Amino acid sequence: MKPDHTPAILATILAAVVVGGLALPQWALFILTIAWAQGLVVLGLSLLIRAGLVSFGQALFYCIGAYTAGGLARAFGIGDIFVQMVAGTVAAALVAFVLGFLLARYRGIFFGLLSLALSMIFYGLIVKSEALGSTDGFNLLPSALFGIRPAAAWVRYAVAVAATCAALGAALLVHRYLKTPLGQLAPAIKDNEIRVEYMGASVRYAIHVNYVIAAALAGAGGALTATTVGHIDPEMSYWTTSGEFVFIAILAGSGSVVAPFLGALIFGVIRTYAFEQSPYTWQMSMGIALLLAIVFLPDSLWSLFRRRKGA
Amino acid sequence: MSQLGPVFVDGVIYSAWLFIAAVGLTLVYGVMKILNVTHGSFYALGAYAGASLTGAWLAKGYAPMLSYAVLFGGAVLVALVVAPVIERGLLRFMYAKDEVVILLVTYALFLILEDVIKLVWGVNPYFVAEPYALLGSFEVGGLKYPTYNLILVGLALALAGGLAWVLRATRVGKLLLAVIHDPEMSRALGVNVDRFYLVTFTLGCFLAALGGSFTAPTVSVVPGLGVDVIVLSFAVVVIGGLGSLPGAALGAVIVGLVRSASVHYLPQVELFVIYSVMALVLAFRPRGLFGLAEPRKI
Repeated sequence: MKPDHTPAILATILAAVVVGGLALPQWALFILTIAWAQGLVVLGLSLLIRAGLVSFGQALFYCIGAYTAGGLARAFGIGDIFVQMVAGTVAAALVAFVLGFLLARYRGIFFGLLSLALSMIFYGLIVKSEALGSTDGFNLLPSALFGIRPAAAWVRYAVAVAATCAALGAALLVHRYLKTPLGQLAPAIKDNEIRVEYMGASVRYAIHVNYVIAAALAGAGGALTATTVGHIDPEMSYWTTSGEFVFIAILAGSGSVVAPFLGALIFGVIRTYAFEQSPYTWQMSMGIALLLAIVFLPDSLWSLFRRRKGA
Repeated sequence: MSQLGPVFVDGVIYSAWLFIAAVGLTLVYGVMKILNVTHGSFYALGAYAGASLTGAWLAKGYAPMLSYAVLFGGAVLVALVVAPVIERGLLRFMYAKDEVVILLVTYALFLILEDVIKLVWGVNPYFVAEPYALLGSFEVGGLKYPTYNLILVGLALALAGGLAWVLRATRVGKLLLAVIHDPEMSRALGVNVDRFYLVTFTLGCFLAALGGSFTAPTVSVVPGLGVDVIVLSFAVVVIGGLGSLPGAALGAVIVGLVRSASVHYLPQVELFVIYSVMALVLAFRPRGLFGLAEPRKI
């Protein structure tokens, strides 16, 4: 049996952030934290992609997570990052549990379009609700950890470490889940779902479970983004946000639970530099990067590592 | 219910606009099985080309009545210059790939074109209101409407009729139906499928650009114009059934009337209602109102 390096890799990343984070400037910690938040969403998305389902509406759960965190902060003054993330996760998972009964029946482009429609419905709702700040959204309090609000100079570092713990913890859980019979069903569903049913497994149930897990991860990511950025707005549910997630997922591939985080980090770095070098053409740089990835790395970034190992 | 008249007129005008903006998307999907995100880019390109060309035309003092022809010409120009480059240069190498991958390719192209537009036209808004005001206005239920809107309705009807005629009654149309039904068999029988793909893609993009250029006089043309149109066109086309021409017409009418009613009676729910209709249709008829079911393959 192949030795499993994933827990060791995750532990190494955590150690690197805890130690290296002390030396990083504030803006780098910010990019790192946002990358982990997006990585969480993409990790969930890659669970669906493994089953051949591409959701163009993952922003729905991202936004639900963010507004749950924002609502907690606004209504009850709760700024604790872990409470916000748990609440965001639970809210998104509950919504996904209900929607899953409908969506688990859909495949291919129709799954993508229906999830797109649902995220746009949510967008339409919050854009017009004045209590939630309409198109402007609203601001959040600075993050706290376990009831302690770190000094301003340490907030970024503390949030980055907390985010790393949460992200890598989730990655480890997903890694375990992928080894269960249910988790291993996804690629089989992608290949041929009728044969999966002949084997006696329920395709719908498997997709439903993956859908809820994906939503929960997106909710956590949304809550983390909300508390890190300190501001939320309806754009988080717009289709371009979903497009970004799919972009990162394709870039990273679903070869390993580490890949989404790596992909999100690379995405964040490319975007930051593209934006700095040419504020008017950063989208073009992103588009070209995506095209290059599709044309030259059809098996995603992760295949680079695997090929090297095999050689 | 004195509002009923304006609700209906608004609905019809908006439906006509939606049909022009969305019909190209269903055409391209029907023939090539590509859900074309660059559709929104072509809409924006058409709007910019229409606005700047018409502006130049009027500035030279040429006949303002001919500005409608200039708007049309702008759309033709954009489609003929940009669409073949995209289809021949990139998309044709992707046809073997998964539908979703091609969708992502067009998404990447959309990101690129967004910035190309900014590089060519800058970030300042363009206004050309003359063609909008030129024809005067008419009145329904105490509300004034610019007569320009009737041009949109006429254009939509002409497009629907023209496309239906080409598909049903001409040799080219029948060959196209054969290509849609079975590209490989058509190729074997000597149909130039590649050329059909090129022409269809260009035509689809032209229709998007046409939607953009005829909208240009009614709005200020700004960056990001195409982003909203993409999802809206998706909604229209999905409601009717992807790839179905009558479906696009029906989808446009449904979304147009629903939106107009919600704007008049309950403006808070405008966007919500449009996408709820889309979700409802997908929930009960996933392939749209005119879509055909596909058998599951083992």
